[in-house]
Amino acid sequence: MEGVAVIGIAQHPFGRFGDKTALDMGLESIREALQDAGIEWKDVQYAAGGTRDGGRADQLCGKLGPNGVPFNNLYNGCATGGSSLGAACMAIKSGIADIALAVGFDKHPRGMFLTTVQDYGLKQWYQDVGFLATVQFFAMKAQRYMHDYDITEDSLIRVAEKNYHNGTLNPKAWRRDGLNYEAIKNSTMLSNPLRQYMLCSPGEGAAAVVLCKASIAKRYTSKPIYIKGIALRTRAFGSLEVFTPAKPLEDAPTPVVLASQAAYEMAGIGPDEIEVAQLQDTESAHEIMHMAETGLCKDGEQTKMIQDGETKITGRLPINTDGGLIANGEPIGASALRQVYEVCLQMRGEAGLHQMPKQPKTALTQVYGAPGISNVVILSR
Amino acid sequence: MQKQVPIDADLFTWPAAEPKLKANECNDCGNVIFPINTACPKCGGTSLKDIELKTKGTLWTWTSQNYWTKGLNDYKDPKDFKEYFIGYVELPGQVRVESRLLVNDASELKIGMDMEMVIVPFRVEPDGTETMIYAFKPV
Repeated sequence: MEGVAVIGIAQHPFGRFGDKTALDMGLESIREALQDAGIEWKDVQYAAGGTRDGGRADQLCGKLGPNGVPFNNLYNGCATGGSSLGAACMAIKSGIADIALAVGFDKHPRGMFLTTVQDYGLKQWYQDVGFLATVQFFAMKAQRYMHDYDITEDSLIRVAEKNYHNGTLNPKAWRRDGLNYEAIKNSTMLSNPLRQYMLCSPGEGAAAVVLCKASIAKRYTSKPIYIKGIALRTRAFGSLEVFTPAKPLEDAPTPVVLASQAAYEMAGIGPDEIEVAQLQDTESAHEIMHMAETGLCKDGEQTKMIQDGETKITGRLPINTDGGLIANGEPIGASALRQVYEVCLQMRGEAGLHQMPKQPKTALTQVYGAPGISNVVILSR
Repeated sequence: MQKQVPIDADLFTWPAAEPKLKANECNDCGNVIFPINTACPKCGGTSLKDIELKTKGTLWTWTSQNYWTKGLNDYKDPKDFKEYFIGYVELPGQVRVESRLLVNDASELKIGMDMEMVIVPFRVEPDGTETMIYAFKPV
């Protein structure tokens, strides 16, 4: 089957941008990604884009020169950007496009993501008693995992501290003040064991990626990055997921495990070959759990890895080198594409202050969101 | 005595001398389903029978809601917000149920501890009716 190459990347900074619309951020990202690839909008034969609160993605065509291009509007919770990338990949693999584009952008109000019981097939009592808050799920999964694998608050603090530090090195990150260990440790407890500065916040931003058939990539760039594996998975019966009034007694692999396994299989690359990873750190406990769910370590190995600094930019297996969601916030539509942008920078050797000492050959990106959906991408140069 | 009504008529038997959570058991695969549903999430079967859940179990995991935020609409006035605890309680041989936990402090909770189900008042409606919910408390 046809391979897929990344030939253009762009990211609008993440953060808060006043009256600037998400559509305008998306538009800037598309223009920059096209420029990076050395092509024009008319060269794009398929596009996919998504956003939660930013408008209609295909509305962007209006300012680029509407040309009837097939443009899929996609929304898949926190996996939206990954789903857009997946759709663009499939368009190339199927042969309907030689060049495709994925874009994501968003602009969320401050505070918790609001949702409704109807969206999740639940009844009103579930919200009335105070269960319709995603942080509770992340906290309860973390509480159980920390109990099972002897992980302490120290590791949660260290992960957040690392990601804030990486954010200070990344000019596009939202939080660049490098919150330290004490500040995180003393921040307000929100949902035990999660404290305020261990969590990411909804924010604003955009990112875009231009793809082409691997066989023609060298026409556009001297540094193509190849998408070796990409997989989207939902939940299997038995895993603990967001907004579930009851969990079966039997356990099951999470959507992250399922998506990772499928992506590794597609790539023909194993977890031991991954040299950098961007993982969904909705809060620091989930960076820790996702390390194991993506197969990058075994359950329980995280404490020592974190203590030894293995996941720092200078470590053996850097994770969230751009600061992750903790330092960048989460504009949902753009989040997964921000991860892809970052690992492409690392593999091209263009990450500036947050560049790894050794330019990585392979990378993994992973997102997870409600109600239990994950997208994993494996890339190589 | 105040009139007391369940927050949702499908959640638990009420009024009852010994109230129980209402659930389904799949006639095809035996899976226990809470709250009651029209299909089995394990096998997709639609032949379900009504059962009641055990009232005693153990704490499987927990957390706290320490802050008020828009969307937690059980407290109309943020000033009345009081921290609460939730968790999953494992009912042996059945299912793990998400529930409010009746404790005042995180130090009272430990994974694996014995818990039992109770029906408690949750809020008072304008006409004086008490709305009741299920919750679990340490034994």
